[in-house]
Amino acid sequence: MKKLMLGNEAVARGAYEAGVSVASSYPGTPSTEITEFIAKYDEIYSEWAPNEKVAVEVASGAAIAGGRALSAMKHVGLNVAADPLFTMSYIGVNGGLVLCVADDPGMHSSQNEQDSRNYAIGAKVPMLEPSDSSECRDFVKKAYEISEEFDTPVLLRLTTRVAHSQSEVELFDREEHPAKEYKKDAAKHVMVPANARPKHVFVEKRMAALAEFNNTSDLNRVEMNDTKIGIITAGIAYQYAREAFPNASFLKLGMINPLPEQLIRDFAAKVDTLYVIEELDPVLERQIRAMGIDAHGKDLLPLIGEYSAALLREKILGEKAEATFSVDETIPVRPPVMCPGCSHRGVFYVLSKLKLTVSGDIGCYSLGSAKPLDSMDSIICMGASISALHGMEKAQGREFAKKSVGVLGDSTFLHSGITGLIDMVYNKGTSTVIILDNSITGMTGHQENPSTGFTIKGEPTRQVDLEKLCHAVGIDKVTVADPFDVENFEKVLKEHLEAEEPTVIIAQRPCALLKKAGYTGCCEITDACKNCKMCMKLGCPAISMTASGPVIDETLCNGCGLCVNICKFGAIVKK
Amino acid sequence: MNIMIVGVGGQGTLLASRILGAAALRAGKQVKLSEVHGMSQRGGSVVTYVKYGDRVDSPVIEPGEADMIIAFEELEAYRSLPYLKKDGVLIVNTQKTNPMPVITGAMEYPADILDKLAAKGIKVVACDALKLAKEAGNIKAVNVALIGVMAKNSPLSKEIWDGALVDAVPAKFLEVNQKAFSLGYEH
Repeated sequence: MKKLMLGNEAVARGAYEAGVSVASSYPGTPSTEITEFIAKYDEIYSEWAPNEKVAVEVASGAAIAGGRALSAMKHVGLNVAADPLFTMSYIGVNGGLVLCVADDPGMHSSQNEQDSRNYAIGAKVPMLEPSDSSECRDFVKKAYEISEEFDTPVLLRLTTRVAHSQSEVELFDREEHPAKEYKKDAAKHVMVPANARPKHVFVEKRMAALAEFNNTSDLNRVEMNDTKIGIITAGIAYQYAREAFPNASFLKLGMINPLPEQLIRDFAAKVDTLYVIEELDPVLERQIRAMGIDAHGKDLLPLIGEYSAALLREKILGEKAEATFSVDETIPVRPPVMCPGCSHRGVFYVLSKLKLTVSGDIGCYSLGSAKPLDSMDSIICMGASISALHGMEKAQGREFAKKSVGVLGDSTFLHSGITGLIDMVYNKGTSTVIILDNSITGMTGHQENPSTGFTIKGEPTRQVDLEKLCHAVGIDKVTVADPFDVENFEKVLKEHLEAEEPTVIIAQRPCALLKKAGYTGCCEITDACKNCKMCMKLGCPAISMTASGPVIDETLCNGCGLCVNICKFGAIVKK
Repeated sequence: MNIMIVGVGGQGTLLASRILGAAALRAGKQVKLSEVHGMSQRGGSVVTYVKYGDRVDSPVIEPGEADMIIAFEELEAYRSLPYLKKDGVLIVNTQKTNPMPVITGAMEYPADILDKLAAKGIKVVACDALKLAKEAGNIKAVNVALIGVMAKNSPLSKEIWDGALVDAVPAKFLEVNQKAFSLGYEH
């Protein structure tokens, strides 16, 4: 049976068919759906972990105990999980361990454009890279065979265009792989220096054996055609190159670390001009050149952004596609915005009004940086809002702290904000942190987290009490406030900023896209409007300015009522 | 066949692309779809590509390559122009959603977009899909009404489209979407 599947769904299918028994992940675009689809298979235990490091450690434990295990994350998630990865490379596996990492060339939904292939080299583990959904399914299954045969974790690298493209996948039955026997083996599993030293020797031997294996592996494919142009490529770049050069010869790599040197040499010898086509870093090219093989690559092609068939034709053949139609005027861009009814809007309205310095974080509320709210001074990585805020205070002093806040979501707080908060308490900071508690992990498409009270399967579970947690790490002043009661929220925030101690405000209101937000109807601007434009400061996509004053678009408005609350003339009413 | 769906995040372009994908599969073609998830979905411009044929490599449609563009919003139709083939068809939902630069007053929403498109000699099929969706009984069915309009202009048979709806639309929303599709098809 064949089915049209997202790359991410096909990875989940591969995990199911490969007999995976444990999956633990933290959501992150473009990897999130892998674990969401895995959660639909009752044969696999699945969970959302608080962060990627925990997730990879859970999967590592499962693999040591003998089960086949998986963790999926976005590229920056692998930074968080790098610690267990580098040592699991030494420990190896009992049941197979596959870590899926999805890069985001073009930064559709990310804060940087890092190339996670560098991690495979650094951690000395094999990495496979599929180029469509069918290979996603296939390569996951092969990754488990390699993992168990060579005693290693295996990285599966996706990019956005593979993860979020759909193509046909043939479905097979699940092969059961019950947990293997677990035996205590300190030399293998206890990574103290005395054990780790011999394990490093093992790792180097393993990589040499894998490189040899890769020379004849069916993960790679040679497509001989016209030999004037020979192309070495992998992943989505193969698809672009195949479309741009239908008559060229290809060495399509499926296992991109360690490289199959003999296979590459044999292919290079058969073609007149060799091109290495890969998005982002010259990871393949650098190694191929180091083999003494001459090849074109980044001398012609960009280090930045996504490739396309048209880009390859232009950069390599000098052929520019003929333009068809053009837009002959400057038209407004349409950047992403906070949804109508977004629970964060009330908070950012107040932050903007008080002109505070805002140490921001990763989530929907990153959109608070956009005009007109324009209330974000820095965004670094998950959890950095609190720790960076603390650093700001230490550099600029107490008066600065009185005019600055850190903001982060409930899920981000539990991911890695809590450690920053502990640092702030321990090291006598006095700053104010706002936890935007919207009862869900929002930006990645509504995943449960430890503060929502439900598991990935929607089963009720013990809920982290954010208020008690803050108290427990030493925050005495914790206030829960509704960000849509703008007047009170502003009052609470001012009190917190003045307090000579570290404080936390939990801004509590559910995401507008959740049923429990309970918004109905829509708002309307009446004749009482004095055209003061106060409502325009909310940056609500449902309210627009016209020549005759502000109007509300009823197809967008969900009746959240925030504009009703801030209108000084009572000119906005619920319909 | 290269079809692009452009719109504003949250308008249901993903379901529309899945119906197209299901139709192409039923027609026995190789299909690839490319979607955008995550941050861009929050009210920003969104683009979905659907490509089918005897062999499809890249899942991405490039400027000048689209046989058909289904635009869920006028400004997004305008923005997508460079992607349309010389003889391509542009299906436009006559709905306007202001982007943030217009909301804040920094820019104006371009005037008379449909006239400008017509002046370029583009084959435009304009349709008030919101009205059709309301008529079908659910304003969220704008996406499927537009697929109906598109289907009428496509080389695939009505039977294929009927089957594709069953394949791609969740059962509890099937009836209202079948109605919206028919209204679009007969538009």
